[in-house]
Amino acid sequence: MKLSGAEIIIKSLQEEGVDAIFGYPGGQVIPFYDALYDATLKHYLVRHEQGAAHAADGYARATGKPGVCVATSGPGATNLVTGIATAYMDSIPMIAITGQVPCSMIGKDSFQEADITGITLPITKHNFLVDDINDLARIIKESFHIATTGRPGPVLIDVPKNVQVESTNYKYPETVSLKGYKVTMEANKAQVKNAVNLIKESRRPVIYAGGGVVNSGASSELYRLAELTSSPVTTTLMGIGSFPETHPLSLGMLGMHGTKAANYAVTDCDLLIAVGARFDDRVTGNIAEFAPKARIIHIDIDAAEIGKNIRIDVPIVGDVKNVLTELNKKLEQTESHEWYNKIIELKDKYPLAYENNGKLKPQFIIEQIYDLTKGEAIITTEVGQNQMWAAQYYKYTKPRSFISSGGLGTMGYGFPAAIGAKVGCPDAVVIDIAGDGSIQMNIQELATAVQYNIPVIVAILNNNYLGMVRQWQELFYDRRYSHTDITGPDFVKLAEAYGAMGIRVTEPGQVKPALKQAIEAKRPVVIDFVVDREENVFPMVPPGGANHKMLGG
Amino acid sequence: MRHILAVLVENNPGVLTRVAGLFSRRGYNIDSLSVGRTEHPNVSRMTIVVEGDDLVLEQVTKQLHKLVDVIKINDITSEEYVDRELVLVKVGADPAVRGEIIQIVDIFRARIVDIGQRTLIIECTGDEGKISAVIESLKPFGIKELVRTGKIAMLRGHKFTSLNEFKEEE
Repeated sequence: MKLSGAEIIIKSLQEEGVDAIFGYPGGQVIPFYDALYDATLKHYLVRHEQGAAHAADGYARATGKPGVCVATSGPGATNLVTGIATAYMDSIPMIAITGQVPCSMIGKDSFQEADITGITLPITKHNFLVDDINDLARIIKESFHIATTGRPGPVLIDVPKNVQVESTNYKYPETVSLKGYKVTMEANKAQVKNAVNLIKESRRPVIYAGGGVVNSGASSELYRLAELTSSPVTTTLMGIGSFPETHPLSLGMLGMHGTKAANYAVTDCDLLIAVGARFDDRVTGNIAEFAPKARIIHIDIDAAEIGKNIRIDVPIVGDVKNVLTELNKKLEQTESHEWYNKIIELKDKYPLAYENNGKLKPQFIIEQIYDLTKGEAIITTEVGQNQMWAAQYYKYTKPRSFISSGGLGTMGYGFPAAIGAKVGCPDAVVIDIAGDGSIQMNIQELATAVQYNIPVIVAILNNNYLGMVRQWQELFYDRRYSHTDITGPDFVKLAEAYGAMGIRVTEPGQVKPALKQAIEAKRPVVIDFVVDREENVFPMVPPGGANHKMLGG
Repeated sequence: MRHILAVLVENNPGVLTRVAGLFSRRGYNIDSLSVGRTEHPNVSRMTIVVEGDDLVLEQVTKQLHKLVDVIKINDITSEEYVDRELVLVKVGADPAVRGEIIQIVDIFRARIVDIGQRTLIIECTGDEGKISAVIESLKPFGIKELVRTGKIAMLRGHKFTSLNEFKEEE
């Protein structure tokens, strides 16, 4: 069957089970869009390519399937960059397809030419420039393989216009042969044995679970490990939802804005079982004082994470699900009443708390969202205070229900990600918890949500500040609020101008009715919650400080 | 400590950028890097000399392994190996001192590969010590220009850094 390059891309995407893509046309992808005109593949036209990348990312995080975004060459491609970097830092499977000037024009500073494979080299798991149409199908096959196996990540495919136009015999390859790409799935048996021994000797174990548990689909294995060993579980931001926060063994999140119970437990534990987590600086604080009494078991699919930031006693390289399955088989039920009681005591003594003074508090809003959705919603976030409150005050019980830019910390992520998540999970209530700063970074996607009637809810915690930076300025910069006092539009009018619903909430009593109305509206809704302006996120470990020395809360 | 890595890579466009970019963005120091094709037309071989303690080297190796184009990495530092470097040196050589230079060239088993009116180009291969020594010896005559390849290295005897699985002993 002879097909054009553009048709090959579409056929190959369908071979890979892709049912929705997010993109924006332009000069060098017109052939692709021309082929798309006749195809059954669902395409969502975003309003800025960054939105396409984040939507593909949100789709991937919500469904576990790779997200696909498309942009033209030059500015289209460079607009994807923040979204690709976001996915890379959080190990999210994504395929970014970019148009490129024709092969004969490459390197000549042609109109809308950018070296996007060069630009994205450090922020993709791998990337390709397709200079021969006969390589196209194989490269797409390899891209999906690389993006979705091992430690997942984004792969970019740059397709010059002539390659989209030329035609060749099409056959989608069945297998992949990459000499330099090997994934270790199964654990080393000796190391599993060592881990079992450490667990048996431990009196005060803590499990520290990260995004790897979510990526690997290992929540039930993690649950089993926690119950078998009576270990409390703390999660990273990326690990949220991998262990039900309603469980007595759940400590919530650890690190800079983690719970006191989690940070104290980690500081006091004699064994830390790190599962699909990477000892990020926002988690460890001052690394010399992180888990100082503990021996450490580190389970990760990426060998390069072992020993990168901290000394490990037992490294286990492998797929988290496989490793935990092996580990659980070899463990017997242990009881540790003393440690368990201590954990319960810590949780009772140091609950997350805020001052309830009758004003509209952002934390209260998150609690109300939880209450109303019963933990069944998909929550996406922007970055800053909104993200931390969303992480702290909603109780996540399922993986893939909390979607947030962890590693890169990308403001403007949450709303397009919510659109992607809703496309992937149309039956779920999807709520973007936003700040008034962040939402203005990709507010244009309201038009996308309205055009396709994607009923996501944007809950803006509006304090007219860049709240997290203001908090740092308050705490560490002598209250010098340099350029964090930010104004915004009338979000209700703005929503209405886009054809979405807008609701303003200024009193605590209005929160629940507004949320109810938004959920029942079945169309895009923006709720402008005018909150107490100088509320802070607590507890807080000052940057570089020790985790057990927290401020506030 | 300095380590010598023998690295087999897919001979794809951009592979050198990928490797060099990895070193610079992760803050590893490359002493030298040389690259060329191997007995397989699709495979190139890099010899990378990198400075760092064991922890750094472990990270370098693991991060290199993550590059899809990197097929194989061998840290041969602690093994028996042969290493060579090639240097070309253009020295000032008035007729009066040529005899002296030729003597030095003979001692180091180097070669004169070009004779100009006031210059000679000397080619020398050897390990790092020898290259440094010959350069030192030529300095007094005035080195006008110098170019060196960087180290290439190979394991001695029946050990291989090669794709030919049947030859390998690991």
